[in-house]
Amino acid sequence: MRYLPHTDDEIREMLAVVGRQSLDELFCSVPDACRYEGSMPLPAPMDEWQLTEHVQHLAEAMQVDHTSHVLIGAGSYHHHIPETIRTVMSRSEFLTAYTPYQPEMAQGTLQGIYEYQTLVTRLLGMDVANASIYDGASALAEGLLMGLRIAKKKAKVAVSAAVHPHYREVARTYLEPTCYEMVELPVGPDGRTDLSGLAEIGDVAAVAIQSPNFFGVVEDLEALGATIHAAGMLFITSFTEPLAYGLTKNPGSCGADIVCGEGQSFGLPRSFGGAALGMFACRDEFVRNMPGRLVGQTKDLDGKRGFVLTLSTREQHIRREKATSNICSNQGICTLIAAMYMASLGGSGLGELARLNYSKAEYLKAQLRAKGAKIVFDSPTFNEFIVEFQDDFQPVYDRLLAKNIVAGLELGKYYPEHKGRYLFCVTETAGKEVMDAVAGEVRP
Amino acid sequence: MSTANVPGTSGIIQNEPLLWEKGKKGRRGMCVSASDVPVAVFPAELQGPGVDFPDLSEVDVVRHYTRLSQWNYGVDTGMYPLGSCTMKYNPKINEKVASTPQLAAAHPMLADHLVQGNLQVMYELQESLAAITGLPGVTVQPAAGAHGELTGMLIFAAYHKSRNSKRNKILIPDTAHGTNPASAALCGYKPVPIKSGPNGILDIQSIAAVMDEETAGIMVTNPNTLGLFETNIREIAEIVHAKGGLVYGDGANLNAVMGIINPRKCGVDVMHLNLHKTFSTPHGGGGPGAGPVCVTEELTKYLPAPRAIKEGDKYRLDYGRAESIGRVHAFHGNFSVLLRAYSYIRTMGAENLKKASQLAVLNAAYIKEKLKGTLPLAYNRPCMHECVFSDALLQENKISTLDLAKRLIDCGYHPPTIYFPLVVHGAIMIEPTETECKDDIDQFIEVVQMIVQEAKENPDLLRQAPLRAKTRRLDETLAARHPCLCG
Repeated sequence: MRYLPHTDDEIREMLAVVGRQSLDELFCSVPDACRYEGSMPLPAPMDEWQLTEHVQHLAEAMQVDHTSHVLIGAGSYHHHIPETIRTVMSRSEFLTAYTPYQPEMAQGTLQGIYEYQTLVTRLLGMDVANASIYDGASALAEGLLMGLRIAKKKAKVAVSAAVHPHYREVARTYLEPTCYEMVELPVGPDGRTDLSGLAEIGDVAAVAIQSPNFFGVVEDLEALGATIHAAGMLFITSFTEPLAYGLTKNPGSCGADIVCGEGQSFGLPRSFGGAALGMFACRDEFVRNMPGRLVGQTKDLDGKRGFVLTLSTREQHIRREKATSNICSNQGICTLIAAMYMASLGGSGLGELARLNYSKAEYLKAQLRAKGAKIVFDSPTFNEFIVEFQDDFQPVYDRLLAKNIVAGLELGKYYPEHKGRYLFCVTETAGKEVMDAVAGEVRP
Repeated sequence: MSTANVPGTSGIIQNEPLLWEKGKKGRRGMCVSASDVPVAVFPAELQGPGVDFPDLSEVDVVRHYTRLSQWNYGVDTGMYPLGSCTMKYNPKINEKVASTPQLAAAHPMLADHLVQGNLQVMYELQESLAAITGLPGVTVQPAAGAHGELTGMLIFAAYHKSRNSKRNKILIPDTAHGTNPASAALCGYKPVPIKSGPNGILDIQSIAAVMDEETAGIMVTNPNTLGLFETNIREIAEIVHAKGGLVYGDGANLNAVMGIINPRKCGVDVMHLNLHKTFSTPHGGGGPGAGPVCVTEELTKYLPAPRAIKEGDKYRLDYGRAESIGRVHAFHGNFSVLLRAYSYIRTMGAENLKKASQLAVLNAAYIKEKLKGTLPLAYNRPCMHECVFSDALLQENKISTLDLAKRLIDCGYHPPTIYFPLVVHGAIMIEPTETECKDDIDQFIEVVQMIVQEAKENPDLLRQAPLRAKTRRLDETLAARHPCLCG
């Protein structure tokens, strides 16, 4: 076995040093009753070439694959990924390093995360960003728990129904064993969160709004933030598509206290939903309540700039059960990938790419409208929008699938009131000919 | 040993500024395609002023990150004997498998029949982990070990709630992993610390004395963080079960016992595994990892949904039962990490996994034996995959564990885990893993012996270390007192 370097002679020599007759005897402290009986029932080992062939079979079992045009977003987006990212980010100095607990030999990871934190604060308009959380959903759950910690004696959080349904599920899972309650806020006929009932709920620590929301609608964060703050609550914003902030106002400029979302759009493949990247940021005053790792700038003995993990007194390995979270990792390489993506685009590129995405989605909207389809919400959207067709769309969906196009996500499972309607997503990867093909299959 | 023979040496590395200290407005590091549709105008009242990112060329960005990478040390660079972290070699073929275009491009909300390949991977990985742990119910959603612990504690809470049993405490030994108390606290459990016995393992009486019907169960790391097998685990599990509690097995140290121990037979009800440790997925400088959770039949209904199941020759996602604790991840966990672990398990098979555990233990036992005359052993018992030394001897020369660690950096090694577990003074916790060969281990041992000698003869060499790294020792107090978290 090529990963196991020991020769039989070496094993014998080493056993002699430790005073054992056999490898089995190394486990003499294990009681018989705890032992594994027989061999583990696992498939037979494969060599590299057999494995490659096996994986090829798995790849062929994917009816929808990398050649397909998948017009679904909903928290996982298809954007072009430059080759530089794959090449440089697969360097094993980044990939095979551990958490930077020995900063003098991990300055690459540390400076990389510090730069990521900085770019995220600039993107979101916030004071401080952490070194990341698992994904957008757990980031929201952590954000809500953080809001409850800051507000102290309040028992509820309110979350817009236009927040990604899976994110709300995860938040509910996290809150279930606690004494806290999560209330959902309705969506108005314009596809935006309706705060008119907020005052009646009472005892609310924080309100979470996603923008662009699950329906692609850009929320009026400024107005929502003002209402939420006027009610004495913390304003949490969530997102699934950070590219939008190349075009829209960022959450910080709209008054957000905590911002938590998903960064997959920035250079990470969809990869069936993971590895993902939970982006997490807050205002300066809340930093000691923040979950997750932080990298800070410091000096070495010669006064030279360097970077270390810091403020770890918030974290589980120091604070034990009183920590701000149990998280003891970050998404490591995903943060560097996102930072490299942001750096590659630059400020001007981010704006240009966001405008391109916006124009593309508006084009498909126009083509579908021309075929008599209704765009359910007429509020401004980014990348995504809900479509209601005049007739049953399923046969059209099937015809398009045969042409290797996945035409949106049917919403009945997530929102019964939108049953039969489809959430479409268009990014820069959708060519005009693909959008024309979609519209072409819809009969007016 | 002569210092000329240590692996560490100095070569040229480049200085590199922060991203925003370089570049020029108007540069671009990646293509943005020309538009093939009419330009649409976004409403001005919602529009932002643009984002202040530096503009860099492709060469600027590539050099930047290449230089940063050269300031790092990875398993591919050299030995990384971090105790409890299982820094084994990460096979390259697994990277290729994880980036297979058809699998990596999959959207997570596609209908089951469109993504059979990925569902097969999830299903087969679940089955393999069930086979390895003896625990038949598996979720692959948790994104890290601590996330798996949280999932496990949520299952504890759901189980006790279903039995109308109000429990607010949980037993956590001092040799358990550091994240355990915080994970339990998220579910409202108050950790009750349990002292390990004089031989470094739990004794039965100390559990019997505190386990009661207000205690949800126990979280045991086995082998524990001293590298010792908890030989009383079955008796402890019986006591916990008799009072209606559950046993959580922290599988972070599974690399010592694959195919040797059956966690189920040890009395474990819920266990998380760290795929980034035992199953060889790269740590990426902190993540992403994966922390699947395995449970008994009885607890399977509480697992997060969905899970992959097989019907005939097709795979589908099963959204489970009403008792499920719900989702813990937006989608299916860190799927790209799952693919790497799948690839590793399919490459190794049962016999090689067992052999890996045997050799991991052999390597640790060998280091323990060879170094026990150089550094004082915390507990002189048969060790599993790691061995723990104390700083008692170093202190005689006013040298700290930290000094030894920093001197190892100059010699070209990543230091062991230090100051953990807390039960050992100035702990030095060495886990070589099975992928280090005898020659390299011998060289490491000689270097440690040399450094301990230096501690007596030239202690300043240790106190000043590192002198060859990118930076000298960094001021962590300054970083914490005056946080500078973004530039």
